[in-house]
Amino acid sequence: MCGTCGCGEENKITYRKAGANQNSIVGHTHSHFHGDLEHIHDHDHTHEHDHVHDHTHASSDQSVIIPLERNILHKNDLLAERNRGFFEGRNIKAYNLVSSPGSGKTSILERTIREKGGELNFYVIEGDQQTMNDANRIKAAGAPAVQINTGTGCHLDATMVYNAVKQLEIENGGTLFIENVGNLVCPSMFDLGESRRIVIISVTEGDDKPAKYPDMFQTSHLCIINKIDLLPYVDFSVEKVKETALRVNHHLEFIELSAKTGEGMDLWYQWLSEKN
Amino acid sequence: MHELSIAMSIAEIVEEESRLADSIKVEKITIEIGTQSGVMIEALQFAMEEVIMHSSFKDAVVSYEIITATASCEECCHEFDIQDFFMVCPVCNSSKTFLIRGKELKIKSIVIERNN
Repeated sequence: MCGTCGCGEENKITYRKAGANQNSIVGHTHSHFHGDLEHIHDHDHTHEHDHVHDHTHASSDQSVIIPLERNILHKNDLLAERNRGFFEGRNIKAYNLVSSPGSGKTSILERTIREKGGELNFYVIEGDQQTMNDANRIKAAGAPAVQINTGTGCHLDATMVYNAVKQLEIENGGTLFIENVGNLVCPSMFDLGESRRIVIISVTEGDDKPAKYPDMFQTSHLCIINKIDLLPYVDFSVEKVKETALRVNHHLEFIELSAKTGEGMDLWYQWLSEKN
Repeated sequence: MHELSIAMSIAEIVEEESRLADSIKVEKITIEIGTQSGVMIEALQFAMEEVIMHSSFKDAVVSYEIITATASCEECCHEFDIQDFFMVCPVCNSSKTFLIRGKELKIKSIVIERNN
């Protein structure tokens, strides 16, 4: 579909539950519009046609302005709201985790599942271009995980999350982590229906990330600064990151932690339990 | 990076809406785009040229209406135009500001030709 980055190449997107037969690709659905109504079909559906089409015959060819005022991301936004309604109705907290590749998203989740899996019911959707690696890591840590492989796509969208959620069978009151494709640009535009968006930055990255990629910080609720055990070895100013990010989004909250040593993880658990 | 998929969504909507309106030809597509919409306008223009060439409305003219992003200050209620998300109020110097305009990304209208 997208020749530049491959966004939306739906026929190449795969959804695989960790631990399931990895050669099987689960059935897919198609969404489309009837008038203003968008909905999704499996392959074996029927069509009703119980309405008439009125039309007029003008006397000659004519140019007409059709006001649309239609949001281009309307399709994604509608489905995101549908996901959000499902989560709210079942009292599920859904967190969209966004960051550059290698910031430690999966490591934070692994430790969280190991240490808090007894108290909270965790489920994970993993988004990567290729491989089952992350979903397998999550499953080994003790939570059900579905891996979405986007092929060449650079972000998750609401349709992908909708399809993945159907495989996860999330219980009421569960906590869902959606680990987005590692990318600080494109995922900022796509609402998945999450309750909160969490941006993660590690101290081995530049402390000017919020200045370089302001959209992601502007749309997030929480900023996790990971790998703080490495602070003595790198030129990274936590204060500078906070100051820059707050100029973009003064409602942003911060948690500093190390998923490796466990330092600061209690603050993250406290945040999770408060938001639950 | 994502502008081509945005352009393809635009084409999909135009195809659908023009069909519903019994169009025989799409003459013009007007797109409203905010300067903080997350879309690079030049990249979208480039992508639209490519997408239109492969659509059923090759001759359609695309017009872009740019909306300058505006922020409002929480402290003093001053409204001001912004170039980026570093929105410091020019009156009271507060950074407690919020965006009130500039995230738009929509198809405002299409002009079509109808059969007699």
